[in-house]
Amino acid sequence: MLRVTPDGLYCKAGDFYIDPWCPVDRAVITHAHSDHAHAGCQRYLCSEDCAGVLRARMGPGAAIQSAAWAAPISFQGVTVSLHPAGHILGSAQIRVEHKGEVWVVSGDYKLEPDPTCRPFEPVRCHTFITESTFGLPIYRWRAQPESFAEINAWWRANQKMGRASALFAYSLGKAQRLIAGLDPTIGPILCHGAVENLNRVYRESGVALPPTQYTGDVAKAFDWSRAIIIAPPSANGSSYLRKFGPVSTGFASGWMRIRGTRRRRSIDHGFVLSDHADWPGLLSAIDATGASCVMATHGYRAPLVRWLTEHGLEAMALETRFEGERDESGDTEMVAE
Amino acid sequence: MKRFADLYTALDETTKTSAKVEAIAAYLASSPPEDAVWAINFLIGRRPKRLIEIRKLRAWAIEEAGVPDWLFDESYQAVGDLAELIALLLPAPTATTGLPLHYWVEERLLPLRGQDDARRRESLIGAWREMDERQRFVWNKLITGAFRVGVSQSLVVRAVAQVSGIDANVISHRVMGDWAPTPDFYAQLTGADSSDADISRPYPFCLAYPIEGDIRQLENPGDWQVEWKWDGIRSQLIRRRWHTFLWSRGEELITERFPELEALGSLLPEGTVIDGEILAWKDAAPMPFAQMQRRIGRKALSEKMLRDVPAAIVAYDLLEDGGHDIRESPLETRRARLAEIVRSASQSGHLILSPAVEAASWEDLEALRRTSRERGVEGFMLKRFGSPYRVGRRRGDWWKWKVEPYSVDAVLLYAQPGSGKRASLFTDYTFAIWDKDELVPFAKAYSGLSDEEIRKVDAFVRRNTIEKFGPVRSVKPELVFEIAFEGIQKSPRHRSGIAVRFPRMARWRTDKRAADADTIDTVKALIGS
Ligand SMILES: [Zn+2]
Ligand SMILES: [Zn+2]
Repeated sequence: MLRVTPDGLYCKAGDFYIDPWCPVDRAVITHAHSDHAHAGCQRYLCSEDCAGVLRARMGPGAAIQSAAWAAPISFQGVTVSLHPAGHILGSAQIRVEHKGEVWVVSGDYKLEPDPTCRPFEPVRCHTFITESTFGLPIYRWRAQPESFAEINAWWRANQKMGRASALFAYSLGKAQRLIAGLDPTIGPILCHGAVENLNRVYRESGVALPPTQYTGDVAKAFDWSRAIIIAPPSANGSSYLRKFGPVSTGFASGWMRIRGTRRRRSIDHGFVLSDHADWPGLLSAIDATGASCVMATHGYRAPLVRWLTEHGLEAMALETRFEGERDESGDTEMVAE
Repeated sequence: MKRFADLYTALDETTKTSAKVEAIAAYLASSPPEDAVWAINFLIGRRPKRLIEIRKLRAWAIEEAGVPDWLFDESYQAVGDLAELIALLLPAPTATTGLPLHYWVEERLLPLRGQDDARRRESLIGAWREMDERQRFVWNKLITGAFRVGVSQSLVVRAVAQVSGIDANVISHRVMGDWAPTPDFYAQLTGADSSDADISRPYPFCLAYPIEGDIRQLENPGDWQVEWKWDGIRSQLIRRRWHTFLWSRGEELITERFPELEALGSLLPEGTVIDGEILAWKDAAPMPFAQMQRRIGRKALSEKMLRDVPAAIVAYDLLEDGGHDIRESPLETRRARLAEIVRSASQSGHLILSPAVEAASWEDLEALRRTSRERGVEGFMLKRFGSPYRVGRRRGDWWKWKVEPYSVDAVLLYAQPGSGKRASLFTDYTFAIWDKDELVPFAKAYSGLSDEEIRKVDAFVRRNTIEKFGPVRSVKPELVFEIAFEGIQKSPRHRSGIAVRFPRMARWRTDKRAADADTIDTVKALIGS
């Protein structure tokens, strides 16, 4: 029903692509991260919650159509519907049904609750195309409140030491999830321009976030040592940080679980927080679909495929471009998301 | 144990020395002596030898984690460190432990050595079930004998000094030598009185930085005592209460390996400590360092070895005279006294005063320095007249002025991942030079590049892999590096027929192509140059 072509994952019967990596005629988009939503397509279809962020990324000229959650849409007799994936605002799994056979493309997903997007909903299917960014059992997230408690404690400790807290996170999705988890009674939350723009889109889409301010908008004598600054990872080591005075840096990512990755980034503190499913999450999501055939994309595909095969499923790795330069260099989450 | 694991994390997360000292001091100040002394013991790098074979550790961890072997190995590829892998892979703990560090070390860690496998397995799995990930990581490092943390001894000394209020130089002397990690020792270490000190205890070595830039910045050559920089084993020869001790700079007691130097001890006055260099020495000249390596490589010393490769100590400095610490007296005073002691022990033939090099100008010294290689030395040591004998590596009073290293342009041929924090990058390289139209491996190097360059080479390796042999990859011969090294000699064991000492990457020659690399003939010509 779906196969990988040079332009992306293609449904011949319905003549549409899912998250194509080249400009095509009709694209169904799981979510607005750059490795899934490429510019230049004639028409886009995405979830109702995704339309705002996709518009912000694609500009006013793009032809974007949005679909209500779970509403069936017909492409030449192929029925397509979108179901929440829990990854970022508007992220969807795409269900494709043709002549009684059902495939689901997960896009990126996580199972943990996230106040900035709808929770993942398992969808029964015959074939499940799953992401496997963290497809190894060493990747196991701890309870989310612990991670946020650690981040808030770090912010407080920095305040005491008289230095600003700069927290790096991907500007779409991770940044807003972090902001929603911060304790705004500690101090002011300042954001890099790229983050603040998306905060606005999130708020317009109805997501409640604590008050934030653009770092360029503050008065001259501002006391940065009380503030937390949310910025994309590319701001680390750049002149952007200079104006904050003494600063402690943090980075929030699933890759931070490995000591080598933490140490290689020149940051003071690594927080383990991901918008992707961990190993137990992948296994339980796959199980909940009831699928007998599983295809894995992103990251550690081979171990997941072998594990599933050994547990009686038909499984294979799918070569896609969702990962960009996937290696263990620690820079990948920005691309992999 | 939790607090020690937290200390480890704090030290691991910062590169700022002041923050490290603070973290250690805070730990020591709030710990009972029986924990504090173990912490110091581990932090200064005194670690127990491996207590459990890796093979068994792996098998028990696989069982406890409930994963197949292949998945354990795949995960190892991603983590690159067995202790960390096990810490991350095991199920969440089912209990918590509030037991202190000394309990875990004395009651659980050290007894592992005498136990049978069933007991060790039970003890280990029990420990894992009580520990969180941080504790497990530190614990696994300890039981595998691989505990390492990025602090120098001098930082630990500073923290102890801060907590105890005792001068850092005194502390640094007290932590030298052989001591047992007991609360009694901790009391001695941090106490005001230390007259009952261990008679074998050496002093911290004074080390020199290399001189950078123009030598003339040192101004008047007459202000400096110039000595040859000998290439041997830096050590301290101690004579106290009719006993002789010989310590290496690595704080290893090596008296037994040098019977001729131990015998020399009886010719020294009571209460003498000499800083010097042990060399293989024959016919009034040093033998190549390889001879010394051959000698120290042997477990048992044969009569023949003692005859063929006799050792001598070239004396640099006198640290203790008549039982008094004289490190604060000026260099020339210490040297004059050293000369007397060497003269009075001259009959041994194994003690030589490091000769002072006389020259009128820096130009004359530069000319002499160029004769270093034929003399079997590494260049000069410069010591400022009037200076004390300091602790550790300091700038200002002592400089090493080495001969330029050899350098060769070579092609990157193989790469493999590093260990620890470099495990997920290709950081260990093998370089090759041309033998006619074939590239032969000639040196391995893994230091000298910036993080940025390492990342670039890593990306190159991934894109240009030709073949994989386990973790090792052969790559398209394209990148050229200038490899610097200190010594070169013939070696039938190596395919290239040569072996080099301390190779490292001096520069990435992005301006050169593989064809421009050096040939085996030009490199061989360096031998004896
Ligand atoms: Zn994504
Ligand atoms: Zn993705």
